[in-house]
Amino acid sequence: MPRKDLLDIASLDRADIDHLLDQSVPFKELFTRSVKKVPALKGKSVLMLFYEPSTRTHSSFEVAAKRLSADVTNFDVAQSSITKGESVRETVETLQAMRTDYIIVRHKASGLPGTIARLTRASVINAGDGAHAHPTQALLDAFTLKEKFPDPAGKKVLIIGDVLHSRVARSTSTILKRIGVEVAYLGPGSLVPRAGPENIRRFTDYKQAMDWNPDVVYLLRVQMERQDVQYFPSLREYHKLYGVTETRLEEIRKRGLYIMHPGPVNRGVELCDAVMDYERSLINDQVENGIAVRMAVLYWLKPGAAIA
Amino acid sequence: MHALTLTAEDIAAGVERLAAAIRGNTDGKALALVGIRSRGDEVAERVLNLLSSEDRELSFGVLDISLYRDDFGHLHENPAIKESDIPFEVEGAHIILVDDVLFTGRTIRAALDALSDYGRPAKIELAVLIDRGHREMPIQPDYVGITLDTRRLDHVLVSLEGTDGADEIRIVEQENQ
Repeated sequence: MPRKDLLDIASLDRADIDHLLDQSVPFKELFTRSVKKVPALKGKSVLMLFYEPSTRTHSSFEVAAKRLSADVTNFDVAQSSITKGESVRETVETLQAMRTDYIIVRHKASGLPGTIARLTRASVINAGDGAHAHPTQALLDAFTLKEKFPDPAGKKVLIIGDVLHSRVARSTSTILKRIGVEVAYLGPGSLVPRAGPENIRRFTDYKQAMDWNPDVVYLLRVQMERQDVQYFPSLREYHKLYGVTETRLEEIRKRGLYIMHPGPVNRGVELCDAVMDYERSLINDQVENGIAVRMAVLYWLKPGAAIA
Repeated sequence: MHALTLTAEDIAAGVERLAAAIRGNTDGKALALVGIRSRGDEVAERVLNLLSSEDRELSFGVLDISLYRDDFGHLHENPAIKESDIPFEVEGAHIILVDDVLFTGRTIRAALDALSDYGRPAKIELAVLIDRGHREMPIQPDYVGITLDTRRLDHVLVSLEGTDGADEIRIVEQENQ
């Protein structure tokens, strides 16, 4: 069922997820044409409201909207009145007056996109809010996985790293569980929440986690900017314990495992340089698929429902 | 109220008329048949089969025009998109666009827009299994299998074996037109 907003994965049912993943296929097919643009959202306006810096997600949404022929406006936080103390509510009222059809929001506060969604008739897409959710990242991860495993049920994905601070870990594990994939976390005890979902296994030891026999190793970005406390001794130490070192890459290659990462990569921390040339690295696929999935989301949502 | 039914034989004869007219008009030249989803692709495949006995270069493609419709925003739910598959070089090709029913012409308008985003064909012609009239755009077919006299609000329901399990065309009349 089409809806007004996309705020998280948890509120999507299995049919919605399957629909969006299926619909991303024909959008990706457009990228091989000489003209990559279609007129589906001609005359619609998309507003990018990014309170947190992001190059990848921002440009991915922008490319997706433009390939659907929508008009994109960047509500640049640094240049906007937000820095002059304008409240979110005032900002949203301004956007409402501009009659924008879609608002893409990123903010450090969990739940803010939901608040905005209730204040406006525009469709709101959460492009990442605090440690809460990043639904389009989850959709592109599931889509990328399904390209390699058309029937992903029973496959195993090992998510390594800073699970505690990661909305990617939350949203991506939620969607993977929904499509029947087994998920486990690996990371320092300080970064892998003990009170996580019951059915997700936790490892703190790399070797034990590999003995679980994953099909995909999913590395999370170490978020230096979101750590006000030191959760591990040093980056070198982190790389040694949980990073994909050259030795570990050899083992991963022998086992034929896929590697995923939401980007941007901290080279020498989550993974060594050689991973970038690894034939089963899906990191570039994730970037390309992100555009297709975001096009499918924009096409699926229906702006204009009444304000509650 | 149900007024008229066309049988599998009528459909086969219509497809043959299309193939014969295309054959007579294109003189062994290389052709690309592009069927519009859904059912236009199946009609195109049948025409292709009839033409394939000849010694000529034939290509086949399928076009989904959902993203090119002009009623986006008027619908409660956006139509599900299927993949288009145009596996030949559109630039310079002689393309025959194939659909099951020609009605308002809006689908064909959308298909022409979609095709032009793959390249610039040398020529595009239009072949339809059924022309039921009531155009809303200046679009006319080059090849017609069956011409049907319908009223504006009648429904022309096409079933084809590959898509729906059996060949049949029904015209369902609407009262109070």
